[in-house]
Amino acid sequence: MRAFWRALWAIVWKDLAAEVRSRELLSSMLVFALLVILVFDFALVLDVKARHSVTAGVLWVTFAFAGTLGLNRSMAQEKDRGCMDGLLLAPVDRSAIYFGKAIGNLFFMFIVEAVVLPVYSLLYNTNLFKPGLLLVVLLGSVGYVAVGTLLSAMAVQTRTRDVLLPILLFPLVIPVLIAAVNASTAFLQGWELAEISPWINLLLGYDVIFIAGAFMVFDYIVEE
Amino acid sequence: MIAVRKLVKRFGLKAVLRGLDFEVAPGEFVALLGPNGAGKTTFLRILASLTRPTLGEVRIGGYRLPHQAAAVRRLLGVVSHQPLLYGDLTAEENLVFFARMYDLPEPHRRIAEVLDLVGLASRRRDLVRTFSRGMQQRLAIGRAVLHDPSVMLFDEPHTGLDQDACTMLDTVLRDVAARGRTVVMTSHDLARAGDLATRFDVLSGGVVCASVQRSQVQPDDLLAFYRRALEDARLSKTASQGAVV
Repeated sequence: MRAFWRALWAIVWKDLAAEVRSRELLSSMLVFALLVILVFDFALVLDVKARHSVTAGVLWVTFAFAGTLGLNRSMAQEKDRGCMDGLLLAPVDRSAIYFGKAIGNLFFMFIVEAVVLPVYSLLYNTNLFKPGLLLVVLLGSVGYVAVGTLLSAMAVQTRTRDVLLPILLFPLVIPVLIAAVNASTAFLQGWELAEISPWINLLLGYDVIFIAGAFMVFDYIVEE
Repeated sequence: MIAVRKLVKRFGLKAVLRGLDFEVAPGEFVALLGPNGAGKTTFLRILASLTRPTLGEVRIGGYRLPHQAAAVRRLLGVVSHQPLLYGDLTAEENLVFFARMYDLPEPHRRIAEVLDLVGLASRRRDLVRTFSRGMQQRLAIGRAVLHDPSVMLFDEPHTGLDQDACTMLDTVLRDVAARGRTVVMTSHDLARAGDLATRFDVLSGGVVCASVQRSQVQPDDLLAFYRRALEDARLSKTASQGAVV
């Protein structure tokens, strides 16, 4: 078990150290996320009411698109110099590789969200810093990254990886996006807790199922 | 040390390995020769537990693949034509990372030894992406021997290297082999293979079609042996196809 945790944190450390040097992944995610927000800002500039009602949708579309960029880039770094083989050759349970990559991806996703939320608040004049919304962002991001890391490991082995990942990922994360958008809207508009809890439960269930599923199948996905 | 029986690997309908038998004693340095598409890389990837065999039995150090893959991986050091290193980390950081992956007890002492072994101690703090191809390949060997494996697998390690880098790499390879490790190396370069290996196996048509010890063949005759082995394999294949018809 000690080797498992050591390998897991080694992968997280390696991803963060490489990103501090290259800044490839975060910069592309951030620039893209900010551009998406700006595009929506211009598109919705004339209709103030619509801007408020679509806040949750715009946020989650931004997170999903920026997240796809990050997931693709993160796994492509492993494939480019054959580094994935280097990871697979290590004498550790391969789920340590999955969780290491997923935690790294989640960390980058959180950084993007930490930048997007205040920028969005400023541009759209909406207070997004509500504990309930932050909980939804946390749960939604975990579900998105859990599936995304698994599918990016699959897609990166193909020649069409940039196109394939969104094609595989978006249909699978529809439950997360629906639940996250509804729960976010509920917290922003101050719904009753009884109305919100089914969406939170859906997010929790999705996270648990897909983390467990990825844990079981990752070995088969990365091995030829 | 390595025992392979009736190994078959199919990708869809295409059989790449067709009942391959292969055995390597501890301390042997086997050069696996063969034309492009013979299945050398696929075979090495199966030995490295990176690819699952379709049929057959593979044992390394007494452990069975793929069931005891983690135990096998601890015995293996793998060098391919790709460095398997992170360009945005320094040489030392790369080795620290792999030392953690292998859960080494005294990583910094071992890393210093390995950097000395591959002649990169003075470049330890430089990013790997600033290294030449030859330096990257030497560091790749350092990564592969970091956990002191007893079996080394080299998949065409000289690919893309210039003459000087090849000579330097050969020195490191000899040093690695001289420490009593079992080595299997695929190569297209018969001269280099002849210089390094103690046994030469020729892979063709998904099986080992010929094998000879270094003591049984003169270095100048290796090319003739290789050509004869391929020609015999071709004739035997033609004859078996004729028999089927």
